Amino acid sequence: MNDSAHDDELIKTLVKRLEALEREAPRNQLALGVMSGDPEHTMAAFMVALGATTFDMEVEMFFMFSATATLRDQKKRVKNDLGDSTFGMRPPMIKYDLKKHGAMSLEELIREAGEAGVRITVCNLSMDLMGIKRGELIDYPHLNFAGVAAFVDMCSQSKQCWFM
Amino acid sequence: MTDSALAETMTDSELKALKIGKIVDARGTACPGPMLEAKRAIGECPVGGVMEVQSSDDGTIVDIQRWCRKMGHEYLGNLANDGFWSVYLQRKA
Repeated sequence: MNDSAHDDELIKTLVKRLEALEREAPRNQLALGVMSGDPEHTMAAFMVALGATTFDMEVEMFFMFSATATLRDQKKRVKNDLGDSTFGMRPPMIKYDLKKHGAMSLEELIREAGEAGVRITVCNLSMDLMGIKRGELIDYPHLNFAGVAAFVDMCSQSKQCWFM
Repeated sequence: MTDSALAETMTDSELKALKIGKIVDARGTACPGPMLEAKRAIGECPVGGVMEVQSSDDGTIVDIQRWCRKMGHEYLGNLANDGFWSVYLQRKA
């Protein structure tokens, strides 16, 4: 094989490898796994999510276990099999004086996240475990339901992944 | 990144003399408020123009410095006012 043909082969190989790398490269995206329903955790998760949007990053949040209750709309409460149990209820509100420092409430943070295009995926199993029906959730514009494979996939596609 | 790399380049009188292309009044809002407002407002600042972000949140200064570095704008400096900061940047992109 002469030099020129060798170079062509090398270039073809390099282009193939480069295209493969580009396909697999993580996006300018943040993936957040949110498990704790403690309002301190969920507020922080939404603040980080919003911070990422100001850097033009896409954001995917995956809600599971007690964090799922955060997405519940209190006005849409449906009687469930768990009766009057507080299981699956929204956790108590945060203890800090948010208004005094101009901090946004959890509701406001969630609304801002919706406007900023933050995508929320809810663990379907968690909905069942917590006794929450889809109709009881807030009207969030970018909401869908999935399992753990979705979470693993969104993490593998993201530049940054955090678990809160 | 050390703080010295983020040191402002303009003097107070130079900053005061800047012609402002867009003012963002984020006073009274806390993180992430000022950054959300800065991101929303930057499109309304002419390219090459100066944007002034007013914030009562001390954290905004370093946030804006880092945001400029990532988004391709130039951080110009900050001034302490009565109860709030004015943070200046030049829109480059």
